[in-house]
Amino acid sequence: MKTKVTMDPERWKAEVLTKYPSKVAKKRAKSIVVNEGDEVKQIQANIRTIPGIITQRGCTYAGCKGVVLGPTRDIINLVHGPIGCSFYAWLTRRNQTLPPTEDSPNFMMYSFSTDMQDSNIVFGGETKLKQAIREAFEIFKPKNIGIFSTCPVGLIGDDVHAVAREMKAELGINIFGFSCEGYKGVSQSAGHHIANNQIFKHVVGLNDTPVEGKFKVNLLGEYNIGGDAFELERIFEKVGITLISTFSGNSTIDSFELAHHADLNMIMCHRSINYLAEMMETKFGIPWIKVNFIGADATAKSLRKIAQYFGDAGLAAKVEEVIAEEMALVAKELESIKARTQDKTAMMFVGGSRAHHYQELFNELGMKTLSAGYEFGHRDDYEGRRVIPTIQVDADSRNIEEIHVEADPTRYKPRKTEAELKALEEQGLKFSEYEGMMTEMEKGALVIDDISHYEMEKLVEMYEPDVFCAGIKEKYCVQKMGIPLKQLHSYDYGGPYAGFEGAVNFYKDIDMIVSTSIWKMVKAPWQKESVIEAEYAL
Amino acid sequence: MELAIKKTETFTSTRNACKLCSPLGASLVFKGIEGCIPMIHGSQGCATYIRRYMISHYKEPVDIASSNFSEETTIYGGNKNFCTGIDNVRHMYNPAVIGIASTCLSETIGEDIPRLIREYAQLHEGEQIPVFIHASTPSYQGSHMDGFHETVLSAVASLANEGATSKQINIFSGFISPADIRYIKEICDDFGVEYMVFPDYSDTLDNPHWKDYQLIPEGGTPVAQIQNAANAIASIEFGTIMNKLVSTSKSSVAHTAGEWLEKHHSVPNTRMPLPIGIEASDVFFKTLETISGIPTPRHHARERGRLVDAYVDGHKYVFGKRAIVFGEEDMVLSMVAFLHEIGIETVLAGSGGESNSLKKEIDALTSGLYPNMIVMNNLDFETINEMVDELKPDIFIGNSKGYYIARRLKKPIVRIGFPIHDRFGAQRLHHIGYRGTQELFDRIVNALIEYKQEHSPVGYKYI
Repeated sequence: MKTKVTMDPERWKAEVLTKYPSKVAKKRAKSIVVNEGDEVKQIQANIRTIPGIITQRGCTYAGCKGVVLGPTRDIINLVHGPIGCSFYAWLTRRNQTLPPTEDSPNFMMYSFSTDMQDSNIVFGGETKLKQAIREAFEIFKPKNIGIFSTCPVGLIGDDVHAVAREMKAELGINIFGFSCEGYKGVSQSAGHHIANNQIFKHVVGLNDTPVEGKFKVNLLGEYNIGGDAFELERIFEKVGITLISTFSGNSTIDSFELAHHADLNMIMCHRSINYLAEMMETKFGIPWIKVNFIGADATAKSLRKIAQYFGDAGLAAKVEEVIAEEMALVAKELESIKARTQDKTAMMFVGGSRAHHYQELFNELGMKTLSAGYEFGHRDDYEGRRVIPTIQVDADSRNIEEIHVEADPTRYKPRKTEAELKALEEQGLKFSEYEGMMTEMEKGALVIDDISHYEMEKLVEMYEPDVFCAGIKEKYCVQKMGIPLKQLHSYDYGGPYAGFEGAVNFYKDIDMIVSTSIWKMVKAPWQKESVIEAEYAL
Repeated sequence: MELAIKKTETFTSTRNACKLCSPLGASLVFKGIEGCIPMIHGSQGCATYIRRYMISHYKEPVDIASSNFSEETTIYGGNKNFCTGIDNVRHMYNPAVIGIASTCLSETIGEDIPRLIREYAQLHEGEQIPVFIHASTPSYQGSHMDGFHETVLSAVASLANEGATSKQINIFSGFISPADIRYIKEICDDFGVEYMVFPDYSDTLDNPHWKDYQLIPEGGTPVAQIQNAANAIASIEFGTIMNKLVSTSKSSVAHTAGEWLEKHHSVPNTRMPLPIGIEASDVFFKTLETISGIPTPRHHARERGRLVDAYVDGHKYVFGKRAIVFGEEDMVLSMVAFLHEIGIETVLAGSGGESNSLKKEIDALTSGLYPNMIVMNNLDFETINEMVDELKPDIFIGNSKGYYIARRLKKPIVRIGFPIHDRFGAQRLHHIGYRGTQELFDRIVNALIEYKQEHSPVGYKYI
């Protein structure tokens, strides 16, 4: 057993900050918080990364095209810009899709780009963009085309929205643009918001054909990485819940058009998709609740919440039956693994919800989360939504359009009466609420927003966690330091990790990681011998 | 009369590009300089995406800083972000060199990076500041290869200076794998010559496991060697296409580092295709012999002999097969010549590169023996996908991005070049010289045998 350094987190913070220039240290100090446990402290989040500090964060375009629109198969996502942006977002997130038939439209294998050249920068790229849209239409006959603006587009003044309107009229299909230039926001979070706005404005509610089903829901903020959505679809089907649409994993624009028929919106990743839930509630009267299907217990809890919301005895009984059946299998697997994972430690720096959700899975394994943080979360994702009114709006947030939504004159329909909602609240079902990550973390845990490369190195060096969770950019750096890294963006080719079967997959993968013997070989035999020789020499 | 070959439509948009953007090429070269941290002047997303892509291929830490433009920066200019970025990189890494690549964003707003560097140096006069290298790499000009060669040229042009004569041989090895670079160094060591391989990312992008974490990974071409390039006895350049498109459009006097050294410092330059195949490798070894006056060491001569032996033993598996080759132009060119050498006919050779000289170069290298070969510049994968059924290929040779086409056709794909993110060990693949050719030959033969074996109705164990 290796002995672990247990350093006081406040001392760790002080030591790390000394390495920064004083201005940077002052700024970073507010983003590093030692969790109090009972009272949630304020953390600085969603502010610009300082130039020259190596960050995990991506750009606005990445959040819009790559994250929110990426996993939807029946839309051509045309990137207006030089070639790199489209290439880099070409299926890199490992989100999967399963069209019902071979002929169903699926453009996810493609990366479309206007591939802007010198002359387009000088003379404007609108003509080329229009031509590219016409081509896309002629070749692929899509029903939907999205246009994504990259950095130079905003600068040279191409109006993608005007082009979208013109081409929509010309071709008679749904075409809409996104002003998601990379420099626009603090991180990919800005891109999520822009994507939410445009999907709401141009897609949601387009199809009024009634949807069959007794318990109709949408799942928001589940991106089908490694097949997570497939597992959740399996569970919903088993308990008899009708999933109209998932924003956005294994998803279609067709299903988004029907989303307003749902009676409940369930939010997984609060950061990337809460805007859509809020807007759907205002316009159509669909309430939303926060759920989490990462972790077997969390999945059971979330299923019970849904049953509670619908208040149907049959559904509640079915949910309990499925939980009992699934949990028996989960418990059996966990029993044999937990002996090896118990009391091990983990850290996770990822996403806008994963760093929170995955703590559940580690809890189930008996592992302790020493430190966690988001890459692009906001204060409400850390401290809970109650702090929203106190969040300062800066220039970067002001950049993103806030669309004004009103109740739909004909289609707004409250799903529950005020009294019903109140009764449910009293029973513990919270609407439009997210408590944030910090309330559920232990006292003394380090919460770090937008962790820098350097801080990550110091964390690993001083706390030596048994597993560090982040993404591929961090992976080999952490592993060079002798600590295994689990990717929670792409799951390292593993998964699914959601739901019951997913939890078991995760237990097995973590067992494998913390039990591997490779670290014993880091030192070669002759290196070990040389130490002995040196001692003799003394 | 209708043409026998179906006319290929040229499209405005690119569907599944067969090229990456030029700041990625610049970042690769910066990773090949000792003590260097790259910084991308533009949006933070560019640094993140490029890191992400390089890391998934090399499976190594890749630190690239960014000056992190905001909307405000795009209006008022990047001066402040540039200075803060450099200050922070210096503070955290204390690098010997900072390599700065521009992006479409900074180039569009007209950032004058040489001026920013000058001003920074003035502001910090008297301090020990890093060496700055700047490459102009807007992604709307050319591909990652143009960015790569542009950066090699600008590093040499800004650092090389005349001094005492030296015995150094400059080797500008182009975009090859870390294993390839290590092999070139081994060859030069065995010849016993003084040499510089630039860029040398053989360690920085493929390091052993460390006992203590290295903020800046060891390895890379030392700045002193790049400075000394002006005094070298000769330069060798791999690649005959290089950055033709961009250098022509900029009408620079010299296109490449080798040319520049020849013009400005009279260092004789020998340019040759990437040495893939026996003939091409012979040219490389012969050139080393001529420059050094030393015969090829026995060790390498025997490697050549074994390769010939393998060609003899393996020809029956490969002869007459039809291949589709795609990737970087110089890699495609040399691969086609190698396939010609082993009797595989390339039916389609393509690249997203924009030099428009791939066909001419291939014809020259294969003595015009394949008039029906489709050779395409500005190519994207979907164009290959549309043409491929008629071409009836037996094998695909190129990077991971072509996998979906091979999968549709249920044909083998041998992965070479960049990016390879659906197989393990890309950084350790050899492509060049007798050793690299041997490895490639074995992989191609085995891919074809495996295919035949899997599709045989009877199954067999002996070959």
